[in-house]
Amino acid sequence: MAEEKRSRPPRKKKERIPRQEMPVRSPEERNRDFNEVTLGFSEELALTEAKRCLQCPTHPCVDGCPVSVDIPGFIHLVTEGDFIGAAQKIKETNLLPAVCGRVCPQEEQCEQVCVVGKIDQPVAIGRLERFVADYEREHGKVSLPEIAPKSGKKVAVIGSGPASITVSYELLQAGHQVTIYEALHELGGVLVYGIPEFRLPKSIVASEIDTIKKLGAEIKLNMLIGKTRTIDQLMEEDGFDAVFIGTGAGLPVFLNLPGENLNGISSANEFLTRVNLMKAYREEYVTPVKVGKKVAVIGAGNVAMDSARSAKRVGGDGTEVSIIYRRARDQMPAREEEIHHAEEEGIIFNLLTNPVRFIGDEKNNVTQVECIKMELGEPDDSGRRRPIPIEGSEHIIEADTVIVALGTRPRKFIAETTPDLKTSKWGTFLADEETGQTSKQGVFAGGDIVTGSATVIKAMGAGRVAAKAINEYLAG
Amino acid sequence: MHKITRKRVLAPKITRFSVEAPEVARARKPGQFVVIRADETSERVPLTIVDSDLEKGTIDLIIQDAGFSTHVLSGYEEGDELTDVLGPLGKPTHMDNFGTVVCVGGGVGTAVLYPIVKGLKEAGNTVITINGARNKELLILEEELGAVSDELIITTDDGSYGIKGFGSTVLQGLIDEGKKIDFVVAIGPTMMMKAVAEVTRPYEIPTIASLNAIMIDGTGMCGGCRVTVGDEVKFACVDGPEFDAHLVDFDEQIAKHHYYDTEQACQMEKIIADAEQERS
Ligand SMILES: Cc1cc2nc3c(=O)[nH]c(=O)nc-3n(C[C@H](O)[C@H](O)[C@H](O)COP(=O)(O)OP(=O)(O)OC[C@H]3O[C@@H](n4cnc5c(N)ncnc54)[C@H](O)[C@@H]3O)c2cc1C
Ligand SMILES: Cc1cc2nc3c(=O)[nH]c(=O)nc-3n(C[C@H](O)[C@H](O)[C@H](O)COP(=O)(O)OP(=O)(O)OC[C@H]3O[C@@H](n4cnc5c(N)ncnc54)[C@H](O)[C@@H]3O)c2cc1C
Ligand code: SF4
Ligand code: SF4
Ligand code: FES
Repeated sequence: MAEEKRSRPPRKKKERIPRQEMPVRSPEERNRDFNEVTLGFSEELALTEAKRCLQCPTHPCVDGCPVSVDIPGFIHLVTEGDFIGAAQKIKETNLLPAVCGRVCPQEEQCEQVCVVGKIDQPVAIGRLERFVADYEREHGKVSLPEIAPKSGKKVAVIGSGPASITVSYELLQAGHQVTIYEALHELGGVLVYGIPEFRLPKSIVASEIDTIKKLGAEIKLNMLIGKTRTIDQLMEEDGFDAVFIGTGAGLPVFLNLPGENLNGISSANEFLTRVNLMKAYREEYVTPVKVGKKVAVIGAGNVAMDSARSAKRVGGDGTEVSIIYRRARDQMPAREEEIHHAEEEGIIFNLLTNPVRFIGDEKNNVTQVECIKMELGEPDDSGRRRPIPIEGSEHIIEADTVIVALGTRPRKFIAETTPDLKTSKWGTFLADEETGQTSKQGVFAGGDIVTGSATVIKAMGAGRVAAKAINEYLAG
Repeated sequence: MHKITRKRVLAPKITRFSVEAPEVARARKPGQFVVIRADETSERVPLTIVDSDLEKGTIDLIIQDAGFSTHVLSGYEEGDELTDVLGPLGKPTHMDNFGTVVCVGGGVGTAVLYPIVKGLKEAGNTVITINGARNKELLILEEELGAVSDELIITTDDGSYGIKGFGSTVLQGLIDEGKKIDFVVAIGPTMMMKAVAEVTRPYEIPTIASLNAIMIDGTGMCGGCRVTVGDEVKFACVDGPEFDAHLVDFDEQIAKHHYYDTEQACQMEKIIADAEQERS
């Protein structure tokens, strides 16, 4: 059969270019440091990949992107070798292409609906996006947008994650004065304290944030709104005409199981903050981070993969890292690429396994996780088959370090001090999807604080929507 | 940047700083704290706001040299700057007129206690303060506490000054004398707070302790400051730092403080080695 097929006259088939792979460092090499895992396209690879785009007039890919990047437009410029022009094209709607090209779940967004994907692997839109953004930065060609004349209006932006960065960028362009209030000592939100260096180098985040500084944003670090100042004080005493809240979902969720407060058990946020924000893996930084010989990470989202892979790097050769997850492999919420990289790096997957309690020694240090085996039953609300414990299948997993990566919820500092801001039962702010308008006049919100934990690009999309509405509000 | 405008050494290894932080000075209430970072490579360290000066825009911190970061901080001089000061954090002390309040402070906990004593006095309470230290030399804030307390009792572990013994024993004495006590505040070493909680438990005197949980961000983001209070797990930086002393699992807190012991010992060795290198 197969031979028969091959002997048929090859029609247009021979012109088909396969999807170009991005160079990746070997697992043995990358497990020893925090440098980036994937290396990005060369000019040649980018040119070859760009040729795969059919320049569809209907361009479904654009609709698949939460910020509607002009994908055929920028890819066309790549085919012409105009990489700077391509980067500028993307930046018309997406300020952080070097970030999104790396961390966007492209396989569920732009690339999922790419026409080429129907017969072959889709065009590698994310990799091309990353390439042109890196090219622009590395060639020192990052240009600033034009700024409208000063409007005389002041906007306070709370938080500095992707939602806030996007809002600030757009409002500065519109001529408004923008002040960013950030609780931590660095700008960037999850991009700096959560996502590790080996997946998203911090120098890239810094240089993308630099644009808003150059556009004249005033930056106030170490300002926890709700504690240092309240929203009402900002509006009534400090003279802000509008406020955007982009404070994300930073409160870690725990399992509430016996023994969870033992030493050696931390949230992914604590572990990743020690490693990323406080740079505990670098000799000259003081903050300690402790990784034992057997690490168990609970959960299987991006945060869990990031924690597991970071733990492997901090712990070194003798450290065994495993994921404990109550569902099956194809139900893991992490991006396929991250799961694949984790597997390559030697992370062990204990699937259909759920912790029931943590066991410690006389010093109160964790030593074991008692788990139970699970099987999949009927689909639940999320459409995934519900995991059910198998009676009598309790067993012990040895662990001297446990990282709980189950997700996060919004914190309450602002809600508690701004009673006229309405929240859902999960603590997220209620905001109009089309405008970001909250229940309080002049106050807008977007990103994880409204949707719960989502994605970088969705937060940026919400930022764009809110910026437009704020501009209209300030003009009206 | 936050300039140090004043430095005073109160006792060996205990230093008081005034630091420019106008926004914090404006917003802070007794019982709240800041998280500071001395410079780019430093840890984030939680410290109580002892006092503030609205006109100068400064807050006062009292730092006990207890390990690497506080050792480095103690060496800062007037004119030096701290890179980051975040606050005020935590819930302010619930101030009310309880009647007669006994405030028990131990070691550098006395610094944490001072603004609370002051606040309780202003709220109309009769305040008896028990100020304890290991020895006379280590005693701090005697004068300041005296000025805001109705009665000040000094204790030292070695008897070099005041009453020989622990604050908890003195408190037991007051109860035995038949003094009517409506509220007790205990702030100091975890063992001391645990002891005070055991003294007041049988008499059901409401007692609060201010926990020095291990903190990283201080903003409810990491959960590193988890404490078990009754059958609930709380975040000390958001829900505290003060909790019902009769419900706190102090043993868990003591264990947590030893978790990073070896790492910290390494850092201390580094300081000593560096200092020796400088000398030679
Ligand atoms: C480990 C990890 C890995 C992830 N991986 C991916 C990925 O691969 N791809 C992807 O698309 N998404 C990923 N995400 C999700 C993504 O990072 C978030 O959805 C996105 O960052 C949300 O952006 P945001 O602007 O809403 O808020 P955030 O990025 O959460 O930023 C909020 C900022 O507000 C500050 N803040 C909070 N409260 C206050 C206050 N009261 N006052 C002042 N400042 C305040 C915070 O300190 C923070 O800096 C990941 C998340 C984590 C934690
Ligand atoms: C809300 C709060 C208020 C505080 N107020 C003051 C104050 O006003 N003055 C003062 O001198 N100290 C105060 N502390 C304690 C102070 O933060 C610690 O002494 C300091 O962080 C120790 O750091 P280090 O690197 O010098 O010592 P390390 O070498 O890290 O540790 C020395 C000892 O301090 C303990 N420790 C380490 N980190 C912390 C931490 N984050 N919190 C508490 N203990 C810790 C260790 O377990 C060890 O027993 C406060 C702590 C909290 C949580
Ligand atoms: S921003 Fe994300 S979704 Fe949009 S085109 Fe780029 S990679 Fe695709
Ligand atoms: S759908 Fe795919 S092939 Fe068509 S324009 Fe978009 S990227 Fe190109
Ligand atoms: S210190 Fe991080 S949550 Fe309290």
